[in-house]
Amino acid sequence: MSKIDVSIETDDKPAPPPKHPNTCPQCHSHYRDDELERAQWVCAQCGHHFPMRAHARIASLVDEGSFHEESADLHSEDPLGFFDLRPYTERLAEAEMSTGLADAIVIGQGEIEGRGCELAVMDFAFMGGSMGSVVGEKFSRACDSAAERGVPLITVTSSGGARMQEGILSLMQLPKTVCAVEDLHDAGQAMIVVMAHPTTAGVLASFASLGDVLLAEPGALIAFTGPRVVEQTTREKLPDDFGLAEQNLRFGHLDAILERPQIRPTLGRLLRVFG
Amino acid sequence: MAPSEHELRLRERLSRLRNVPLLGGARLSGELERLQRQLDRIQQEPTSDEIWRSVELARHPERPYTLDYVGALLDDWFELHGDRGDGDDGAMVAGLGKLGDRTIALVGQQKGRDIQERTRRQFGMPYPEGYKKAMRVFELADRHGFPIVSLVDTPGAYPGVAAEQHGQGGAIASSQLAMARLAVPTVACVIGEGGSGGAIAIALADRVLMQENAIYSVISPEGCAAILWRDAGEAKKAAAAFKPDAAHCLELGVVDGIVPEPAGGAHTDHQEAARMLGESLREAIDELADVPGDELRRRRRAKFRSLGVFA
Repeated sequence: MSKIDVSIETDDKPAPPPKHPNTCPQCHSHYRDDELERAQWVCAQCGHHFPMRAHARIASLVDEGSFHEESADLHSEDPLGFFDLRPYTERLAEAEMSTGLADAIVIGQGEIEGRGCELAVMDFAFMGGSMGSVVGEKFSRACDSAAERGVPLITVTSSGGARMQEGILSLMQLPKTVCAVEDLHDAGQAMIVVMAHPTTAGVLASFASLGDVLLAEPGALIAFTGPRVVEQTTREKLPDDFGLAEQNLRFGHLDAILERPQIRPTLGRLLRVFG
Repeated sequence: MAPSEHELRLRERLSRLRNVPLLGGARLSGELERLQRQLDRIQQEPTSDEIWRSVELARHPERPYTLDYVGALLDDWFELHGDRGDGDDGAMVAGLGKLGDRTIALVGQQKGRDIQERTRRQFGMPYPEGYKKAMRVFELADRHGFPIVSLVDTPGAYPGVAAEQHGQGGAIASSQLAMARLAVPTVACVIGEGGSGGAIAIALADRVLMQENAIYSVISPEGCAAILWRDAGEAKKAAAAFKPDAAHCLELGVVDGIVPEPAGGAHTDHQEAARMLGESLREAIDELADVPGDELRRRRRAKFRSLGVFA
């Protein structure tokens, strides 16, 4: 029997990066930083959605000056003394240096169109947005903060899955976040999920799928197992839009796909509806 | 000899347990004794060879599977089929039976013994339909107050096109959610491979046990090696790094107890392995039987919400 790898941590990295991060991987249009920023990192030519950093995302969603970050200084530890080609602690330090974040999620209070909410926004730039103990804990704290303040939780996901370097403890962040969502729901509050590219494996198989409303950005990969692993292990022929937001919408796994500029007004409307 | 860090942490867990105020109906003495026994047994951290031996034993083709334990432990077994929606997943078995004089619901992944059965059961890798089947049996058990036993033995959830189209990620999330809501006692035991999301989907339980030679991990050793070492052949190194063995899972607080196996592994003596598993399951259910449903749910969520290491 050939060994079949089924992993929470998919190794489906997004398409190889273009020569310059401001070059559109689809139509090769090139932009200056300020052009992209003004366009919310959407290609003006073809509509491709560039990855968006957590703080930029938050700024694009909340009323100006309304965001107050929480638990910003929570750091990962290295419970297993994990060492592959490089030690986990070194990878963490490098990610912290290059992103300016302590881990792959930013949480805090904010307002959207004048209505209070809690936000939990993932950042793919920090170790592929992988979920270890800190992501699990911060997401859970965001649930508690929303419940305490009596406001809905808005979460933006972008993650390759669980963080292998924390071994079984990273798998345990699945039930942990599931329990936190259920506590939030017991407190009568809603959770709205916006899935950005990619939302896969352990994050999709836990809190990301449990929102009262599930939204996604166009072209986002949303899959438990990514296309490369499926193709390698099953030798199946993959449909063209395999695992993309569009396929997920067709099969009934999403409520809507929204272009980036539509997300803030839609969240505003949903906050009023759940109000 | 100075105690290892591992031993110290287990001792710390023991001392913490001793300080836990006794809640009505909770019997901690059994738990304490078991931890003490395990502390005595695990005098030193498993070596990478021992960890790899666990990986091999957990996947041993002669190892007892879920239905072997059902046959040995349950009377009046009645298997339930289908998810009441789309199909009946052979990789997930579910049913009702008597464990001693108590009716329980049991769910578990089932690998196959020969190639026909393995194909029919997808080598124990459930589709979303399998998790939906488990969920409807969880609800059935909750309705009637039956304790739930789940036996985990899967390389992972099935990684195929149809599985994705039918919502694999959402099914795994929903199955965990269904378990988080239950008001009946739940006991999970990893009896072979506890592979990632496919395993945790049915393991959000009040008591999580693990057989001595089972493995429980976020990714397969081969998968981890392929990604981090860029060479699936480095699986042994990967396993030594992420430590999927029972002793480490106990140390990290991920499992509550280790179920002993016959010397040489469960495959050497199915009857004895079943007897040992049955004893642990009965003991765990007895401890939980008198705890009110709300309290079970509260403690279960608090336990899982406490897992993780950060500063």
